[in-house]
Amino acid sequence: MSWLIAFFDWLVEFFGDPARWSGPDGIPARLLEHLEFSALALALAVLIAVPLGLLIGHTGRGEVVVVVSANLARALPTLGLLVMFVLLLGAASVWPVIIPLVLLAVPPILVNTFEGIKGVDPELRDAAYGMGLRGGQVLGRVLVPVALPLILLGCRLSAIQVVATTTVAAYTGLGGLGRFIIDGFATKDYARVVGGSVLIVLFALVVQILFALAQRVTVSPGVSRRLKVR
Amino acid sequence: MITFDAVTKRYPDGTVAVDGLSLEAPTGEITVFVGPSGCGKTTSLRMINRMIDATEGQILLDGVPVQGIDPPTLRRGIGYVIQQAGLFPHRRIVDNVATVPYLLGWDRRKARARAMELLERVGLDSALARRYPFQLSGGQQQRVGVARALAADPPVLLMDEPFSAVDPVVRTSLQDELLRLQAELNKTIVFVTHDIDEAIKLGDRVAVLRVGGRLAQLADPKTLLSDPADDFVREFLGRDRGIRRLQFVSTAGLRLRTDLTVEEGFGGGTAEPWALVVSADGAPVGWVADARPDVLEPFGTFVHGRDSMRSALDAALLSPSGCAVGVDENGKVVGVATREALDEALAEAADG
Ligand SMILES: Nc1ncnc2c1ncn2[C@@H]1O[C@H](COP(=O)(O)OP(=O)(O)O)[C@@H](O)[C@H]1O
Ligand SMILES: [Mg+2]
Repeated sequence: MSWLIAFFDWLVEFFGDPARWSGPDGIPARLLEHLEFSALALALAVLIAVPLGLLIGHTGRGEVVVVVSANLARALPTLGLLVMFVLLLGAASVWPVIIPLVLLAVPPILVNTFEGIKGVDPELRDAAYGMGLRGGQVLGRVLVPVALPLILLGCRLSAIQVVATTTVAAYTGLGGLGRFIIDGFATKDYARVVGGSVLIVLFALVVQILFALAQRVTVSPGVSRRLKVR
Repeated sequence: MITFDAVTKRYPDGTVAVDGLSLEAPTGEITVFVGPSGCGKTTSLRMINRMIDATEGQILLDGVPVQGIDPPTLRRGIGYVIQQAGLFPHRRIVDNVATVPYLLGWDRRKARARAMELLERVGLDSALARRYPFQLSGGQQQRVGVARALAADPPVLLMDEPFSAVDPVVRTSLQDELLRLQAELNKTIVFVTHDIDEAIKLGDRVAVLRVGGRLAQLADPKTLLSDPADDFVREFLGRDRGIRRLQFVSTAGLRLRTDLTVEEGFGGGTAEPWALVVSADGAPVGWVADARPDVLEPFGTFVHGRDSMRSALDAALLSPSGCAVGVDENGKVVGVATREALDEALAEAADG
């Protein structure tokens, strides 16, 4: 059990130190950096992947884009990409980090949005057109609300990946919670390593919870079947 | 009126689903398309609201070719009911019904009020209005589908096997409901089914299609049963065509005897082998055989003048007496149709 005690000692040492809570290397500052990188990357990925997925799913044209993106996502090493972009663009701006994060975040959103729209019951789509809805109305008023759980799932998967991968941004000299881990290892300050990891895990949990809440608020109970049959 | 003028549909793969179809679906009547699976019923129906476009020929709505009308605009003026109802799962029932009114830009309150009125019309409790589709049974969903199609009061209603996915009891009640609604609303309805009994029950006119999308016969149900155009139609109508035809023969001319009824407490002693015991308020109680006046035997009734000869015959077969009990709308006995009377009526039916 001694490792558990050591673990808690490190946690107390890390979180209990008042100096940790202020300054450019403090917890709030690092947390904010992490949030900024992740949120920016995710927002860009959503802006690219959701409209593209909706369009391809609705028209059935360009499915190859989805397939290629799904395969690339599996094949591309994120760390490699990161280093490559830093070498190409220099480490002066956030873009060498943001671009690989976006590339990483696009495929899950794209694939799930596409599958969500394409997977809507053809009878339902048919009924919508039969009522006299136009193409855009069918998409916006019927397909998107029905496919929303899958679209959100894609966003959540990407968000988790982005949050985890943003840690790696620290390698390039940028900030974020990853700094605690890298700097901790460099100086053999294990309290910092442990504290940083715990922060990242908590961060990811909060993201999960936020998405679960968003799902509850935005998905119709008729789709999630949350209500009991009375 | 809907007019098919030499309409042909050839799918891109070469399948000819409908071949030179010409017919009219008159205003205010139910025209049924019936035929075996794959004969082109759905294709024919969907060409009316341009869910599918005809390859050759044209379809006219009150003389106007549908090809010239923008499809969404056309469809908002035509009610459409499909087999699985196709309700929007994310919307409450009331908003599902109000779909077309919303599209037409009605204000929300008016559209919802109209939806509530229609739910009642199709026999649904207003408490269901706030539910979501998954909280309804198949039969209820189908009723909502009908209400939704009627919401903007379109003159034309297209129905593609709307009742074939529900159980027989529910199906019968949905069919009755449709006939009742149609008596009030007088829509021009085109109804697709593969079930000849449904076609005969609902249709003012029945179009029998054969595979390859050719019209085999177009006639009212009675003519169809008595004069099938060819072997295909005869076979499709099935074996008990003669019995089913009795459904269209009225019992108004059926001779009733009023001297076969007795009061409760009857102890036997008429000259007839059977007597019908009638309660003080005029309701039938049971048959008694003269030989065993203390045993009540089962009876069958038909509403004289309203029910068909098929019902009368059925009523007669339900009782060991072999006689059918004629009642009025309130269930009071008006007389008894004996075997002799039924015989006469059947002979007449067979002649004409
Ligand atoms: N989209 C399509 N492409 C090719 N063939 C089709 C298509 N839709 C229907 N068909 C064919 O057209 C014929 C008529 O189909 P349909 O109108 O659905 O018949 P029904 O409704 O009477 O069962 C069938 O042979 C069917 O296989
Ligand atoms: Mg069909």
